Amino acid sequence: MLSAGASRPSTLVEHKALSISQKDRTDALPDFRNLGVVARILLAVNAAALAAALVSAPRLAEISAQFFEIAFWVEPSLFAILSALYAASSALARLRYAAGFACTLAIVAALAAATSVAQVLLGRVPEWPGLQYGVVLAVALAAVVLEYFRVRTLAFSPALAEARLQALQARIRPHFLFNSLNAVLAIIRRDPKGAESAIEDLADLFRSLLADHRKLTPMREEIALCRQYLNLEHLRLGERLQVHWTIDPGAEDAMVPPMLLQPLVENAVYHGIEPGLAAGAIDIHVGLDGDRLRVALSNPYYPEHQHRQGNRMALANIRERLQLHFDAESKLDAGVEGERYGIRMVMPFRKAS
Amino acid sequence: MTPLRVLIVDDEQPARARMRELLDDCRAEVPNAIVGEAANGLDGLDLAAIHEADVVLVDIHMPGMSGIEFARHIQVLEAPPAVIFVTSHDQYAVEAFELDAVDYLLKPVRAARLAAALKKAVAGPRVTREMLDRVDTQPRRYLSVNERGRVTLVPLAEVLYLKAELKYVTIHTGEREYLIEESLARLEEEFGILFIRIHRNCLVARERIRGFERVAGDDAEASWAVVLEGSQERLAVSRRQWPQVKALAKKA
Repeated sequence: MLSAGASRPSTLVEHKALSISQKDRTDALPDFRNLGVVARILLAVNAAALAAALVSAPRLAEISAQFFEIAFWVEPSLFAILSALYAASSALARLRYAAGFACTLAIVAALAAATSVAQVLLGRVPEWPGLQYGVVLAVALAAVVLEYFRVRTLAFSPALAEARLQALQARIRPHFLFNSLNAVLAIIRRDPKGAESAIEDLADLFRSLLADHRKLTPMREEIALCRQYLNLEHLRLGERLQVHWTIDPGAEDAMVPPMLLQPLVENAVYHGIEPGLAAGAIDIHVGLDGDRLRVALSNPYYPEHQHRQGNRMALANIRERLQLHFDAESKLDAGVEGERYGIRMVMPFRKAS
Repeated sequence: MTPLRVLIVDDEQPARARMRELLDDCRAEVPNAIVGEAANGLDGLDLAAIHEADVVLVDIHMPGMSGIEFARHIQVLEAPPAVIFVTSHDQYAVEAFELDAVDYLLKPVRAARLAAALKKAVAGPRVTREMLDRVDTQPRRYLSVNERGRVTLVPLAEVLYLKAELKYVTIHTGEREYLIEESLARLEEEFGILFIRIHRNCLVARERIRGFERVAGDDAEASWAVVLEGSQERLAVSRRQWPQVKALAKKA
């Protein structure tokens, strides 16, 4: 299956991929601006430093001392290199893989040398190893790390992520189905027009449920879907269901995984409105915070009614889909906040291109 | 055949309206008269008694008092109505029902299915208190007593202590006493969080224990009695139960 990227003249990494299937299948440099990537690089280099310490320490007891000595020398270089790669990220991404690979190594060599010289000048003479040896080591390590990422990208190929997304999508159990059908049946004889409109809302909900979850969808549509779902629930719950929306201007343009909000709203109704005798309110906030999208949802909390696992499953499902689309740059937290139960999500703000 | 007196209990107005339509639909097959509608279990218990309902169609999933708890309470009436549960998708209840052969209808309900259930409800075996106790996953919020043909509910929060007398148990609140036909052991099982056993024949509300009083005794081991908030009674703690009761006192 040819992805959209194959028609372009050179291999391009789409940093702002709007769909998992669009991610290029050919070799690509890691995205140096991605938190997950940076974390892995830090871990890899420090692990290598630790390994070096283990090998070179004269005695077992001196391993940590040796490690700190190596770290002392390595960390400033690492910091400089990562900063440079962050800045050069988009430029590097435009090159062909081989060229990008070479340029990355060149940057590593240059900065390793530069920081080592700086350290010497500042009087912190590195004892181990020598300057040229250090640069060669840095370049070799960088090559290994890049290769690791290349292999990793192959292993976590879009095919796997796609399959996982489809599995997660299939798991979403639409309980709202029954509620909606019952609500429609309740009014069908005395208000056929209302029943028609409700069934049309239901059709839209189903269409979303069956849509391709590999593609991101505009937040605007997700919000519209939630409003339709809430209309259906309003038929049956009447005044007991109150909803307050606060949406920052521009936030509706964000591209998000489909069925991000609706399952959470459904849970809010089930756990936060239905157990109550009196009216309850669901608060939904969609906000922009620089280059991040923040979504928060809260509902009344009834401690005696928390014996259903459906809530946890929906959260795990959404958390995983967020990770598949946004890796370490997404977050989902949920918990009790006083008398209410709240969910907070953060993800990168991506606009439709 | 005299029409069946049917009561509808459901917190959702559209669901009650729909049930009326369905009862109309099957009136030819099963003559019925709708004696009332209730939006919650408390009203339902009153209406069922006042109108002497033969059958109650009750939704399981209701705020406040669940349909199952409602069914448990209604059994105290002299001639309790047959209960038919209605549920949208409460899988836990449904599984439990199937094990105990308790009848239920799934929403959306078909008129034919409703007619069959109505016929079965009055003719066939009735659901028993024991079955309902087994099926209910939640402890009750009230205890129920039959008083002058009506169901009187005693909120658990008002109960100070429960005492076993032969086959019955007396409920003691701040104001009065009630007699119910339940076993103390079963009550301890259901409400263990709220009550602590101080004696083979007595359960006391944990939250109401104000302190302990020493009871004059000739042995080295004196015995103790519980002092309760809202009551003059001093309830003797048995020797066997004293260690657990003492542990509770220490925690407070």
